[in-house]
Amino acid sequence: MKRYVLTASVAALALAATAGFASVRDQIQIAGSSTVLPYAKIVAENFSEAYSNFKTPVVESGGSSGGLKEFCKGVGENTIDIANSSRPIKESEVKACADAGVTDIQEVRIGYDGIVFATDINGPDWALTAQDIYKALAAQVVVDGKLVDNKVAKWNEVNSALPDWDIAAYIPGEKHGTREVFEEKLMTEGCKASGALEAIKATGTDDKAAAAACIAVRKDGKAVDIDGDYTETLARIDSNKTGVGVFGLAFYENNADKLKVATVEGVSPSVETIAKGEYPVSRPLFFYVKKAHLDVVPGLKEYVNFFLSDDMVGPESPLAEYGLVSAPDAERDEQRSAFESGKTL
Amino acid sequence: MTDIPFDQAGAVDAVAPPRRDIGIQRRYRAERRFRLYGLIAIGIGIFFLAALLFTVVRGGYTAFWQTSINLAVSFDPDVIDADGKRDSDPNVLATANYPLLARNALATKLGIDVDAEGNRAELRLLSGMISQGVRTQLRDMVLADPSIIGTTQNVWVLAAADVDSAHKGQIDLSVPESRRKVKDKQVGWMKTLTADGTMIERFNRGLFTFGASSRPETAGMGVALIGSLYMMLIVLVLALPIGVAASIYLEEFAPKNRWTDLIEVNINNLAAVPSIVFGLLGLAVFVNFAGLPRSASLVGGLVLTLMTLPTIIIATRAALKAVPPSIRSGALGIGASRMQTVFHHVLPLAAPGILTGTIIGLAQALGETAPLLLIGMVAFVADYPATPLDPATALPVQIYMWANEAERAFVERTSGAIIILLLFLAAMNLAAILLRRRFERRW
Repeated sequence: MKRYVLTASVAALALAATAGFASVRDQIQIAGSSTVLPYAKIVAENFSEAYSNFKTPVVESGGSSGGLKEFCKGVGENTIDIANSSRPIKESEVKACADAGVTDIQEVRIGYDGIVFATDINGPDWALTAQDIYKALAAQVVVDGKLVDNKVAKWNEVNSALPDWDIAAYIPGEKHGTREVFEEKLMTEGCKASGALEAIKATGTDDKAAAAACIAVRKDGKAVDIDGDYTETLARIDSNKTGVGVFGLAFYENNADKLKVATVEGVSPSVETIAKGEYPVSRPLFFYVKKAHLDVVPGLKEYVNFFLSDDMVGPESPLAEYGLVSAPDAERDEQRSAFESGKTL
Repeated sequence: MTDIPFDQAGAVDAVAPPRRDIGIQRRYRAERRFRLYGLIAIGIGIFFLAALLFTVVRGGYTAFWQTSINLAVSFDPDVIDADGKRDSDPNVLATANYPLLARNALATKLGIDVDAEGNRAELRLLSGMISQGVRTQLRDMVLADPSIIGTTQNVWVLAAADVDSAHKGQIDLSVPESRRKVKDKQVGWMKTLTADGTMIERFNRGLFTFGASSRPETAGMGVALIGSLYMMLIVLVLALPIGVAASIYLEEFAPKNRWTDLIEVNINNLAAVPSIVFGLLGLAVFVNFAGLPRSASLVGGLVLTLMTLPTIIIATRAALKAVPPSIRSGALGIGASRMQTVFHHVLPLAAPGILTGTIIGLAQALGETAPLLLIGMVAFVADYPATPLDPATALPVQIYMWANEAERAFVERTSGAIIILLLFLAAMNLAAILLRRRFERRW
């Protein structure tokens, strides 16, 4: 009897393998940024409701870099069709793609995401500036014209308007696309504004090393890298009521009964202030489409067009309700016509 | 020390024997201490287990109930098919504005005039009370029986996730209105509907039948259950025969030399390899080389088979070793061949041990997410997989995905999913114990 089981299982495996080669995939496969994931899920779900002849796309998580890596594995049925990304694709990634035969990549910008600082709901109001954040979290700061290790222990030491709280900041880890925005829009800006950049350059370091020194975050446990998702950051704030966490605007809006948001440079983050460009810490969100798959995978073209429609990314859409900041009308039109014309990178 | 030579003992025989210190009190104390350590160890274990179960059950039992609203939905032909084209164009019924029907029904219930001017904001709040899943629910009703158009039906529709969370008291309603997703007006409606029994919490069947969804109220573990089932079947069908065959050969037939020693060391090593490594292997071999589809439960099953094999081989070899040599000698002595000896005598006696090992290996595989991450099974999959070649997820993956969601209603669902997974694991381990009890032989 055992022999039959063995033969049957080998036969089943062989059958399954051949079936895998023969069938044409009829389901869109997407992978990438965990920031874009909730939006992609909403669109995928609405897409299958609107187009009952197509299956619901499969959306994997895995981070912007992980998604683009899968994306650049090549063209073919067992490679993904779309990579979600919370940052623009890098030159090196375009090259890796081209090496694997993925030459025609279409870039689609879906809208903007705000990055907010938030504390426990029962805490005092916070008004942060890039300079405060730099001074509190940088690895090295300028004291009396000299560059020294950052020893600041409390927020009110960097700005007397801030509360008398021990510094405990939960910032996105380095694998997150959000980290880049944090470095670029806050650390680098704060570095310049506080005069630290000048002081670092004055010590004889070149521009590149100075820029790297600006974004170096202190490693003494006061700034904690969070490699998980925002739920982990929220859990940290729950257990440490005097902690400050970095969140996406959408996540904050879903948990506004637990979190109090800080203003940055005097502007309170909201869909309106980000759309107008007043709130400084925001970034565009993207996805990348393999042009070679457009005519092969059923529903791919329809999915992208559906994603770009005002029903999905417009100011009154489900994505906007979840927390996506819609791009201005002209930009949305531009994205639609760019995709329609088949513009590649 | 206690070993006193005979002649000495004889010499002291005449006088009263001195009390020898054999440390009996000390040894009793040591034993009592040891028992205490054991009790403490068990106590710590039970405490953490109880704490885990308590937090999971407390956070998750509410997920098995879902706030629903009983509505008298009138299937108004003017809304579903305003132009009267449903006979010529089947798409009309598929794409009609069904949420509007539910909203109108709720408005009627609450006495709100849907046609009045300046009511738009209020109507949007009203729409926000009902799950968007109502679209598919009502559509399926109409497609199944188009004759209900024009009639009024009593339908239980799901409440939106935020209303559900508020109804269960998971949203802090004392914070200012602008800071929460449920507005004061909606809270008022909720109270009205709850008071007359229109809004109640019903058993959440959807938790077991729905696929993944971005809306918590229509998110379920259906796809994950099917995906896990497929993978378990594949693991069982592949790992059991391969593992048992390998063990029988190694234990009963293979010569004992350096090669078999090497193989044995390697199998023991493989059992301790982190599961993510098997995921990397699966990605390289099954997806990139063999060209099997991404996210498919077939690939997941193959990867988990590789992971489970060492466990099964080790358990099977132990079970074969435990069969007394006299059984083999007896069989060989009455003229059985070595193969007959193994299949007629040794294997049946070892079967309970093999089954226990297999079930424990399966339970281990059921709880794995790491190897599935790299082959694309940690994904949002809304459609049921028809075959093991279609994209699917697994139970622990669903827990992981829900744990990362922003909406409040996913918190309880995460714990609910953990309860379901724990029940499955408990059932499998119970089966292992029962099988062992039932078939165990003692010599």
